[in-house]
Amino acid sequence: MTHNETDGTNAELPAELLVRMHELMVKGRVLEERLITMWRQGDGYFWIGGPGEEAFNVPLGMLVHKGQGVAYDYLHLHYRSSGTLLAMGADPVDSLRQMKNTARDPYSGGRNFVGHYSVRKWNVVPISSPIEVQFSMAPGTALAQKRHGGRGISIVQGGDAGTAEADFYAGLLWSSRKGAELPVLMIVTNNQWGISTAYDGQHPATTRIADMGKAFGMPTAVIDGNDPEVAYRELSKAMEYVRRERKPYLIEAMVSRLRGHSSATGAAFVKSETDCLALFEEKLAARGIITREGADAMRTSFTAELLEASKRVIAEPQPDSSTIWDHVYATKNLVGER
Amino acid sequence: MTTIAQAIRLALHVGEERHGVTDIFGEDVGAPLGGVFTCTQGLKTAWNSPLDERGIIGTAIGLALAGQKPVAEIQFSDYAYNTIDLLKLAGAMHWSSAGDWNCPLIVMTPTGAGIRGSLYHSHSFDATATHLPGWRVVIPSNPRDAYGLMLSAIREPNPVLFMVPKALMRYRGEEGEDIPGAPDQKTLDELINKPVTGDMSQWAARWPETPDLFIPFGEARTVREGRDVTVVTYSRHVVIAREACAELAREGVDVELIDLRSLAPYDWAAIAKSVKKTHRVVFVNEELDVTNFGEHLIRRVVSELFYELYAPPRLVAGAMVPGVGLSDNLERASVPQRDDLVRAIRETAKHQP
Repeated sequence: MTHNETDGTNAELPAELLVRMHELMVKGRVLEERLITMWRQGDGYFWIGGPGEEAFNVPLGMLVHKGQGVAYDYLHLHYRSSGTLLAMGADPVDSLRQMKNTARDPYSGGRNFVGHYSVRKWNVVPISSPIEVQFSMAPGTALAQKRHGGRGISIVQGGDAGTAEADFYAGLLWSSRKGAELPVLMIVTNNQWGISTAYDGQHPATTRIADMGKAFGMPTAVIDGNDPEVAYRELSKAMEYVRRERKPYLIEAMVSRLRGHSSATGAAFVKSETDCLALFEEKLAARGIITREGADAMRTSFTAELLEASKRVIAEPQPDSSTIWDHVYATKNLVGER
Repeated sequence: MTTIAQAIRLALHVGEERHGVTDIFGEDVGAPLGGVFTCTQGLKTAWNSPLDERGIIGTAIGLALAGQKPVAEIQFSDYAYNTIDLLKLAGAMHWSSAGDWNCPLIVMTPTGAGIRGSLYHSHSFDATATHLPGWRVVIPSNPRDAYGLMLSAIREPNPVLFMVPKALMRYRGEEGEDIPGAPDQKTLDELINKPVTGDMSQWAARWPETPDLFIPFGEARTVREGRDVTVVTYSRHVVIAREACAELAREGVDVELIDLRSLAPYDWAAIAKSVKKTHRVVFVNEELDVTNFGEHLIRRVVSELFYELYAPPRLVAGAMVPGVGLSDNLERASVPQRDDLVRAIRETAKHQP
C-alpha cells in the first residue's frame, strides 16, 4: 500500500486491504505467542511485546512510507511494535533470533531484548528500553526532513504511562515551536497500565493524554485502537496532515494489553481485555470477507511455521564472547550514506 | 593570537563551509548573543533552542541519525547531568544495533572551575564523560588544539564530547599554540568579534581564511620535556602546571609535562614512555578525587609499570564535596591550585630508588 491511498474519510476500506490487514494481525499475534512459549520453555531470558496492539500497529506499518534517509519516514518506536515491523515486511524469524539472542539476530547481534528492533534501511531507529526517550529524538529527524522537503515524516510512539516522562513534553514542544513546526506524528498507545500501576491516579482527572497536544497547538485525536479500520482511517488522515502541512499531530489510541506488561508479570492471557483480533475476525466473517475456518487454518499454519522456525533458531550459535568488543566505535559514517 | 573562544568559532565556521556542519544549537547559541562565551557568534547555522537540555541532546541525536552534522551546546557541563541517559544511548547506538547505525553528533560544553562560578557553574564532567563508552571525549587547553580537535570532531563518525575549560575561553596560549596563519589579534578581533555596543542588527563576521587542521584523537602533547617527574594533566591545569614547572625548575626539579588533550581514546603510549623515563608520575585534574579518571591512570601505571616506579604515583584533584563554593577561599580549597601542584611534584621528586 502507498501512503496516500485513503483520505481518512469513512469510505469502506477495500476487502483485499482488510484481508491483508487480518493476515498481518494473525501473524503478529502468532509471533508473540511463539515468543512467549519460547520464554516459558527457557529459550530466551525475557519477553516483552505487543499482543493486543495489532489492530493499531499493523495499519501503522502498512501506511509507513518505507525507505532509507530523509525522503522516507523515520520510526521512533518502542518495545510493543512487532505488528508495525511485520507489516513493514520484517521476517518474524528474526524476532525469534532476538528472543534467543543468537549471533544472527539482525537487530542487535544477541545483545538486546526481543522487540528492540533496529533497521537502518527502513529508518527504524534502535528501540531502547528507557521509556519515552524517543520523543526527544523525533524532532531531530523531523527537522532534517523538513529541511529536505518532500513528504517524509517522523513517527514516534510510546505508551500512556511513559507520557509522565519529561521527554514527552520535549517532543511536544520541539515539534511545535512557532515558525519552526516539524512533521512529527506523535502516537500514544494507551493500554491503561504502566507495569502494575493503573492509569487512574497517575494522570489528570478531566483531560485525555491527547489533550496535551492542544496546549501545543496541534491537531489531536483519541481513537479506538482496537479497530483496525478506524486505526487505518485515522492514521491515514493524521499522516496526510503531517506530510502536507509539515506540522505535528498527536494521536491517542486506546488499545489492550493482552499478556500483561512482560514475562516479568507472567505473560498470561488477560480475559478481561478486549481482543482486537477476535473482534475483527467476527466482523469480517459477518461481512463475508473471511470465514471462521479460513482464519483458523491460517492461524494453525503460521503457528506450525513458527514452531518449526523456532527449532532451527534454537540450534543457531550464540554470539562469540569476543564480540562484546565489536561495534563500540563506528569506523565510517553509515548514516551519511545516500 | 587567537583566543580559545575564537578558535572554536573559526573551527565551526570551517565546519559549516567545508565539512558539512548543519546545526549549531543550544541555549543562547544563535543571534543575538552567539553563546554565553561567544563561541558561536556570527555562524550561519547557529540557532537558539528552548531551555531544555534533554530536548537539545535528543534533537541532536535525531539530527545525527538523519545524516546531519549537529553541534549541540550544553551551556555549562553542570547542566549535562540531566541528559545522562540520552548520552548513554548515543554512545550505545552503534553497539546496540550491532553496527547498523552510528550517531555522529558533537556535544560542546564549557567545564571546570576557575571563574568563581559557585555551585552550578564550576562542575567538571570528565569522570562521567569517561564512563560513556562509545563516545570520544576531548578537552583542549589552547587555541590551536581547540581548533584542530573541533575539526577532527566534525569529521568523526561517533559521538564526541567536546569540553572547553571555561576559565581559558579568552586564553591565547603560548608560542606555537595558535592556529597556523591566523591574523594578528587586533585584526582578528575586528573581523569576527561582535562589538558589544551600538546597533548590531546588521553585523556579520568577516571570516579570515584558516586551514584544515585535524588534530587526531588519542594523541597527547608533550608541553615540556623533563627528566625527574612526569605530570599528566589536561584542560586549564596544563596552564597551571606550566607555572608550577617553572617554579620547580628554579629549585632544580625538571618536570615533563604531558597534555592528554583527548581522554577517550587516551594516549597510554605517551604516558608509559614518559614514566619509563622519569620513574615518577603525578596526575592532575580538577574533577572530584573519588572515582576520578586520574585514578584509572594510576591503576594502569601500578599494574603495568610497577617496577619502573621510584615513587608512589600521586593524584592531585578536586575535593569530594558537593560543590565549588563561591568565596575565593572556598574555590581555592576545592580545586587544585598552583601551590598544590608544586608541593605534590616536589614531594614526588624526593623519592629515590
